[in-house]
Amino acid sequence: MPAHDVLIIGAGLAGQRAALAAAQAGATVAVLSKVHPVRSHSVAAAGGINAAIAVEDDWRSHAYDTVKGSDFLGDQDAIEVMCAEAPAEVLHLEHIGVTFHRDETGRLDLRAFGGASINRTAYVADITGQAILHVLYEQLLRFGDRIDRYEEWFTTSLIVDDGGCAGVVARDVRSGAMEVFAAKSVILACGGAGQCFKPTTNGLICTGDGMALAYRAGAPLMDMEMVQYHPTTLVENGFLITEGARGEGAHLLNADGERFMERYAPSKRELASRDVVSRAEQTEIDEGRGVGPDGRGIYLDITVVPRRRTLEALREIVNIGRDFAGVDITREPIVIRPGQHYVMGGVRTDVHGRTPLDGLYAAGEVACVSVHGGNRLGANSLLDTLIFGRRAGEHAAARAAGTRMPRVSRAPLHDDARRIEAILARPAGAGRRVSEIKEELGTTMNRHVAVFRDEGGLRTALDVVRRLREEAESAAVDDRGTVFNQDVLGAIELGCLLDCAEAMVVSALERRESRGAQFRTDFPRRDDAEWLKHITITRDGDGAPRIGYAPVTITRWEPEERRY
Amino acid sequence: MAEPIAFTLRLRRYDPESGDAPFWAEHTIELEPHRSILDGILQAKARFDGSIAIRCSCQAAICGSCGVRINGRPGLACNTRLRDALRDAPDGVIEVEPMGNMPVIKDLVVDMDAVHWKKIRRVTPWLVAEEDGLPEREHLVDRDSMVDVTQAMACIQCGACVSDCLSMEADPLFVGPAAAAKAYRFVADPRDTQQLERLRDLAEDPHGIYDCTHCFTCIDACPKGVAPMNQIMRLRRRAADDHGIVDRNNGERHEAAFATLVRDRGLLHEAELLPRSYGGDSWLGKFHPAAGRVLLSSLPVVTKALLRGKVRPRVAVAGERLPREDRRHVQRIFDTVEGRPERLELNLYLSGVDEDGAGAAGRPPEGSETR
Repeated sequence: MPAHDVLIIGAGLAGQRAALAAAQAGATVAVLSKVHPVRSHSVAAAGGINAAIAVEDDWRSHAYDTVKGSDFLGDQDAIEVMCAEAPAEVLHLEHIGVTFHRDETGRLDLRAFGGASINRTAYVADITGQAILHVLYEQLLRFGDRIDRYEEWFTTSLIVDDGGCAGVVARDVRSGAMEVFAAKSVILACGGAGQCFKPTTNGLICTGDGMALAYRAGAPLMDMEMVQYHPTTLVENGFLITEGARGEGAHLLNADGERFMERYAPSKRELASRDVVSRAEQTEIDEGRGVGPDGRGIYLDITVVPRRRTLEALREIVNIGRDFAGVDITREPIVIRPGQHYVMGGVRTDVHGRTPLDGLYAAGEVACVSVHGGNRLGANSLLDTLIFGRRAGEHAAARAAGTRMPRVSRAPLHDDARRIEAILARPAGAGRRVSEIKEELGTTMNRHVAVFRDEGGLRTALDVVRRLREEAESAAVDDRGTVFNQDVLGAIELGCLLDCAEAMVVSALERRESRGAQFRTDFPRRDDAEWLKHITITRDGDGAPRIGYAPVTITRWEPEERRY
Repeated sequence: MAEPIAFTLRLRRYDPESGDAPFWAEHTIELEPHRSILDGILQAKARFDGSIAIRCSCQAAICGSCGVRINGRPGLACNTRLRDALRDAPDGVIEVEPMGNMPVIKDLVVDMDAVHWKKIRRVTPWLVAEEDGLPEREHLVDRDSMVDVTQAMACIQCGACVSDCLSMEADPLFVGPAAAAKAYRFVADPRDTQQLERLRDLAEDPHGIYDCTHCFTCIDACPKGVAPMNQIMRLRRRAADDHGIVDRNNGERHEAAFATLVRDRGLLHEAELLPRSYGGDSWLGKFHPAAGRVLLSSLPVVTKALLRGKVRPRVAVAGERLPREDRRHVQRIFDTVEGRPERLELNLYLSGVDEDGAGAAGRPPEGSETR
């Protein structure tokens, strides 16, 4: 049985950064990921990473912008930590090899991004996430003698012993073999749950595994109602068009050719925070001023950006426009719409990445510190993964130095093996297909738990989610083999998605106000007196979600009306 | 928006547990023609057979998971449209099979660790920066240098170039297009302190940069415009022209001889090329002992070529030559290119799109807007 001081589940930016930090601190480390690390969804982050690097900038300004972006739901102590440590982290990335683009003087160039009061987004063209992810993986290879990598291993459950997390059970995707991994500390870094929605900008691997693992092990989820719809996703298929496009100056136009953001956010216009822009777009569409098929889209006009600049700095979306929409974005507008992009909520942690469950940490999209509160600013997600990935790695390593390796039995392995055998043994044709259930979940969530919500829709969604959970119990799989059996993993992932979706809907129903990404048409005002607090969801003994509350930490910025 | 229509996919299946040989399975799916091969496979998987194995995640050509061969050509399943694939399908059925040059694990899933990632590890794939002298802030580097390496950074490690690399097929030890592009990313990074060592290493390795036969397959295969072969050629130019590395594989001398012959004759003269590559880049090269040895060892091939009529004896010995006027044109090309104060490199990030023409030679034209 492999045993490590620090075991990290997931190998995106948060996981790899945690691994490097923990190894640097002298711990024995393993990274276990269901896909090869460079396939992790951090790779899709396009626009950049925020840090108050410019001499005329100040991390407090970054922190204020983040607090305001969060609609005052973010915890200000955590936001201060993230923003104060951001410049050093970005410079560290530069030192280990990230090819950040430069200005004419050879210093890091900074581009404009939504909700920011100054240009503070460092970038590598529009492949920033990919560039950082690949450079971190280079470092993982470099320190290969100190960091064990388990690539294409799927974690099936957390092992909880004596009230703390003592390791995990995982399945080798390639061979189907099951194994117990003992660890003094486990860091969840396995990303978000965007596949609860269809369409989504998230990859097929973003199935909320980490949130579900933690939730089932007794750790609370927080802010789960806060689901970000990105203002610019391709109308054809929901692909992400980076906010960098608007950062470089692109306009949003309605059917009348009007730059309508001037009405909704007179000063920041297209670069207001994402919740504001997505709501404005949806309003334009709902009021009949949309464009494209059935008027369900909005024009994103990148032709106003100098063509050379687009080809150099937005090359990825030039390709996406050409390959997936048949549009040359340097010559004509592209039709976009708001689309599910990010889950602000996740496993509740403190600023060290610690969850309330002893020995269990979380960092990145799977976690909720909460630095994003009701709405995440663009280019703050990469920062979140790196800052709290590193902090979790460091803290877990320090904790390991004073802890004994837990003794772990193989019983949880047998439980999980039986669970998988039971899935394989489901009679074919008896129930619905996993793919059908997932499809219904995605379209339901996208219909009722989207930009605008109300009680009726949310109740419908909750009913559907609960029915789907029952149906999922009997959903048969075709693949009975052990080698690369993606079918059975898909069935397990579906269970994770349903847990996450239930937490999202229950929280959204509970929050009877409008704040950040949660807009209730039946409660259209923000209500600080009643709802300036986090909603937490914990799993009851009988598996039902139990609602709780947690205070919002305010250090320097009292809630005020949000204007962009 | 277009209506869904029927497409037939012929998928290469292989189940290592069955003991059976690989086989073809056909599925008819219904999708709009602009949708991708991956969408088609996922529909087949969802509707007909959940056991079809293919790695995939982002569906937007960024995670690099879904490298396959479509109608015999390598690419990503997610950014190949059904309608385009159908046009290339010989019998109206779109054929999808696993990538080549790597062992198959199951169906469309290949073992990238066994080949691709080993080769990546071969090129010391991390920045070797000044250990002690790290700047307090960022390294100050030329703006264009970072834009330049973006082309190599754009590699998503999908393996499409490795799949169909002809040199790797002939020499499995060849470092290959993806790893070479990765190497270029460090060699061209002004922050790296090991550029000379990296170049010498890859030039001296018999399976290194001079093992590439310049066939362009990787450039066609790459879904991200990385143009791996261009990066290999740029490594060669940096090794030979900038650092004067004369390698034991005769790669540098071979290229020099190649260029001399084309400049002088307008055409390649194979009988001269080999002795010059080994014996030195002049007419006297053939009298060098090394040239004699290699000529002797290539006699069987030469004889076979003569017997099969692939070359005529007179041409083999005397070679061919363009008419004088055409030769002057060729020489003018050499003079223009070599007369430039600095070498211009084709890089999509620096120069715009290839079909554009404008600024294709490298630097932006004077007065063009960059900010």
